Amino acid sequence: MAQTNQGLLTRSRGKADGGSRRAGGRPRSNSTLGSRFRRDWLLLFLAIPGVLILLTFRYVPLLGNVIAFQDYQPFLGFSESEWVGFTNFAVIFSGDPAFITALINTLIITVLQVVFVFPVPIALALLLNSLLSDRIKRTVQSILYLPHFLSWVIVVALFQEMLGNAGMLNTFLRESDLGVFQIIGVPEVFKVLITSQVIWKDAGWGTIIFLAAISRVDQNLYEAAAVDGAGGWRRIWHITLPALKSLIILLLILRLGNALDVGFEQIILQQGPVGKDASEVLDTYVYNNGIVGGNWGISAAVGLVKGVVGVALVVGANKVAHIFGEPGVYTKR
Amino acid sequence: MEKPSLLTTAAKAVVLLICCLLVLIPFLAVISTSLASQQALNEAGGFLLLPKDPSLDAYRAIFAGGVVTRATLVSVGVTVVGTFLSLACTAALAYGLSRPGSLLHRPMIFLLLGSLLFSPGLIPTYLMVKQLGLLDSYWSLILPVLVNGFNVIVMRAFFMELPEELLESARLDGASELRILLQIVLPLSKAVMAVIGLFYAVAYWNAFFNALLYMSTPEKWPMSLVLRTYVVNQSPLGTDQLAIGAEALPPQQSIQMAILVVSIVPILLVYPFLQRHFAKGVLIGAVKG
Repeated sequence: MAQTNQGLLTRSRGKADGGSRRAGGRPRSNSTLGSRFRRDWLLLFLAIPGVLILLTFRYVPLLGNVIAFQDYQPFLGFSESEWVGFTNFAVIFSGDPAFITALINTLIITVLQVVFVFPVPIALALLLNSLLSDRIKRTVQSILYLPHFLSWVIVVALFQEMLGNAGMLNTFLRESDLGVFQIIGVPEVFKVLITSQVIWKDAGWGTIIFLAAISRVDQNLYEAAAVDGAGGWRRIWHITLPALKSLIILLLILRLGNALDVGFEQIILQQGPVGKDASEVLDTYVYNNGIVGGNWGISAAVGLVKGVVGVALVVGANKVAHIFGEPGVYTKR
Repeated sequence: MEKPSLLTTAAKAVVLLICCLLVLIPFLAVISTSLASQQALNEAGGFLLLPKDPSLDAYRAIFAGGVVTRATLVSVGVTVVGTFLSLACTAALAYGLSRPGSLLHRPMIFLLLGSLLFSPGLIPTYLMVKQLGLLDSYWSLILPVLVNGFNVIVMRAFFMELPEELLESARLDGASELRILLQIVLPLSKAVMAVIGLFYAVAYWNAFFNALLYMSTPEKWPMSLVLRTYVVNQSPLGTDQLAIGAEALPPQQSIQMAILVVSIVPILLVYPFLQRHFAKGVLIGAVKG
């Protein structure tokens, strides 16, 4: 859902800004605080539960990151634990091998996902869009969207049952004396495996936003290009893709912001048989080291650095987009 | 435009057919295997693509009152209660934020957007849940994910699309804000409520990681943890876990597949509804904007 939702975020933000100038907006200045409260108390009242939840589980825990600077002991709590300055960050900057492994794996998986996962929905959307029959198009879409709604546990289980050593494919291959096709639980191909799982699960879903963008392209452009003798490929290359350019850049930037999030659930589920060398990423490092291993401070430090780097990457990428004259995620006013 | 050539059309058809089969075959195989008897499985070498003399033994075994039965009940309960609370809070917050210029409107919008941008991280969130004493309680599966910022924004966009004249005329007729919400806004918002509700329901049903983090007592496990233990990690399910006698034990493979089917079926059931609504409801902010 990530991609679509991220698109939503940015559009809706634009809408939120535009909305405040709409006729439906409430005058802000020409009434006193008391009268505004009498007018708006119900709106405020309704917002309370949601705001409380957001504060409790999204904001207050941000403060919990202080334990990155503590030798946090669960039985002592935040206030009693000893302050240790940047000691916890030493594991990052002194190059602890386990941390380096996690970092390298994370970056490799990010690159694999940008190169192999990102283009698939675009290609699928172009393919779907070029279908003449709406009915076939809708049927194919319904089928391809489906895996998105399955959890990672289900997807991983399905992959095991299909491709595992005792799975369907290998059972079939053995019966036909064709040897076995080992991919589940093999460290060397683990990254290929998880990349193909991501494609299987979310490629269809990712087409939604591209199809929406394609449907907004002016049809006259295609007619004109066809009259000028442009074939199907040239129309895609010179009309559709340029029309998608801003969206693609936008999604790439947002992807960059999540560059260090590489499928936590998916990896933790399959980490056992392949071992940490092949599968440890930053998120699993934080989990294994902190919640399982009890090194709270160090894990929180790694998590904090990861979060800060993520935000910095988005801001930086957005700057680059501006330099190239693209709107990016947000624009300066 | 000219008609595309036969060759291109055929190539497209083949590619799409392969894509669809790649999605459908696993489901088919899992359902068929879950219905298989030991004998049919042996003949087929352990897997079936199409059902052969189907039996419901595996389902009878997992619903005899053991681990899987309990987990199903937990998941259903968390999904129902969670979805209801999430919808109520999300709709209330979205409506509260849908009138620009109202008191504290801007700070609350920033609060909402900020919750999307900054993630507190795994460890602090875990500690928060722990401090609140929610560890190993079903609430730990609900409260931390009760309000999803994206869903609030989608619903708010929907509320703001409603014709202002309608609300204005109700106001002139003397309707209170509460009455406007209950009698005008909510009845007009069924589509978006359905979609967002289904999204929440799917999220609660699928929740794995929160369960892994917070639920330590196996008796309280939801479906996802049972699935991980007995299907992904292949721990065998015996008479202890299933509450049936050894003589009635169906093949392990069928039991595993039956668990998988049970965790997929609710998604398959709501999927047609999601499918019908999500383009309309979810892209509302994206496409029209």
